[in-house]
Amino acid sequence: MNKNTKFIQGNEACVEGALYAGLDFFAGYPITPSTEIAEHLAKRLPEKGGKFIQMEDEIASLCAIIGASLTGHKVMTATSGPGFSLMQEALSYAVMTEIPCVIVDVQRGGPSTGIPTHGSQGDVNQARWGTHGDHAIIALTASNHQDIFEVTVNAFNLAETYRTPVILLFDEITGHMREPLTIPEKGKLELVQRLRTSVKQGVDYHPYLPREDGRLPMSDFGDVHRYNVTGLVHDMWGFPSSEPKAAYELLRHLVDKIENRANKIAMFKEYHMEDAECVLISYGASARSSLHVVEDRRIRGERLGLIELQTLWPFPSDIIREKCADSKYVMVVEQNMGQILHEVKLSVDRPDRVFLANRIDGVFITPLDIMNILRLIQGKGV
Amino acid sequence: MEKCRIVFSGSGGQGVITAAIILAEAAVLHENLNAVQSQSYGAAARGGATRSDVIISESDIHYPKVVQPNILVCLTQEAYHKFYPILRPGGLLLSDRRYVQTSRKVDARQVEIPMYDSVMEEIGKTIVFNICMLGALISLIDTVTPDSILKVLKTRIPNNFLDMNKKALNLGIKLGNESGV
Repeated sequence: MNKNTKFIQGNEACVEGALYAGLDFFAGYPITPSTEIAEHLAKRLPEKGGKFIQMEDEIASLCAIIGASLTGHKVMTATSGPGFSLMQEALSYAVMTEIPCVIVDVQRGGPSTGIPTHGSQGDVNQARWGTHGDHAIIALTASNHQDIFEVTVNAFNLAETYRTPVILLFDEITGHMREPLTIPEKGKLELVQRLRTSVKQGVDYHPYLPREDGRLPMSDFGDVHRYNVTGLVHDMWGFPSSEPKAAYELLRHLVDKIENRANKIAMFKEYHMEDAECVLISYGASARSSLHVVEDRRIRGERLGLIELQTLWPFPSDIIREKCADSKYVMVVEQNMGQILHEVKLSVDRPDRVFLANRIDGVFITPLDIMNILRLIQGKGV
Repeated sequence: MEKCRIVFSGSGGQGVITAAIILAEAAVLHENLNAVQSQSYGAAARGGATRSDVIISESDIHYPKVVQPNILVCLTQEAYHKFYPILRPGGLLLSDRRYVQTSRKVDARQVEIPMYDSVMEEIGKTIVFNICMLGALISLIDTVTPDSILKVLKTRIPNNFLDMNKKALNLGIKLGNESGV
């Protein structure tokens, strides 16, 4: 056995990934099924000189990490649906002010307080459009602990690269289950560090003037440069502006920096796609049941394939269209009423051939559930 | 080895989930096997119905829950009634004689062991009931050795309580061996 192998919960795998990425500030308000993230960071962060704060609620939690990020720290908060709802206001502030941060939503059954101890994938559209105003967002997910670790590291990298909040949409099933995680040696995974300005003290620093490549070098707030940060439409100095040109350019910048790089940001895995007649598309815990079905049916000679999405937003439409071009059927497997189904239908050439296999009763979708729906699609009866 | 699909069931506070975790962790860290452990429970931490699933295998495990266990452990009557119908024919049912009255004929190796009573008699602390159960279980299935379980216990249990847990584990192994299955 590798000495770096641990037998832990998915929530702990997320903690390990965050620490590997350099997390040094966490503020949160514990909520099932994300509590273990706060629990473990409360112990681990102070050990490495980082800060852990339990806040009065989720609104304050996100606000606190936004502030800490601005001073130069790698930050994260963790919650579940009800808390994520409270975070929506500050989320759009982080989008507008372009402050890197990572928000974990370990999804449970909803709406409202729903079913705390059961899994769901009902917050997919909330991650995309839960907050107000035109904007782009990055949301990632994973189905096993090794991937949770890597996707978490990548979330920090993307947050720094694009100066944006990144949402990690995990679920109760992977969050609470235990399986092996092998932590990579230091240096094995690439880490993106904060791009800081080279502008010296006493020289004009324009916090919101993008470089040619679209990136905005930051200056640690409270250090040598004084500048303004506001949720209002702002100019390159960060001061409020209602100039149409400033508003247009800012909004385009906020959306384009992410949407124009959707293919680059897209993380996904493929299984048996080379000659697949029927393509399953899934993500998070549901991808485990889907993979079980695909492996099982392949043994019997059925040409099934699986695309496991790890990047949910920006939705990788081009990739889905291309991968599904030769398939007879596409089946989206998810634990909601069809939130990614809708995106897949918009992406493919033949939306009438896209079907949904789902469960919304709090029970984790089984391979048999998927098989039953597959038989219906194939006209084999129930 | 054949895939080992275990359902542990009982009541919140009996240590059912802890026992499942220890077994799965021992399989991964000390037997070089793959394992997945999951659980389902309600909002009540103590007294509610509890279930934990463990799959131990040499290969990858995708779907992490157990639909049809080949090993079922029941520590309450309620758990027994709820879960005995899902036991795979020819599987193993381990139950505690004090808490579970096996009322129906099940197509399984039914092993009823007075684990609770023995723990109370020889150790006097209910807290190690789950470890005694784990001892009985590993003596009935040859997947994880007592040594591997001990290694995990050492990392999870304060030194002062280690002896008591060792005693409970050995007691369970002895009871399992004596059950003659």
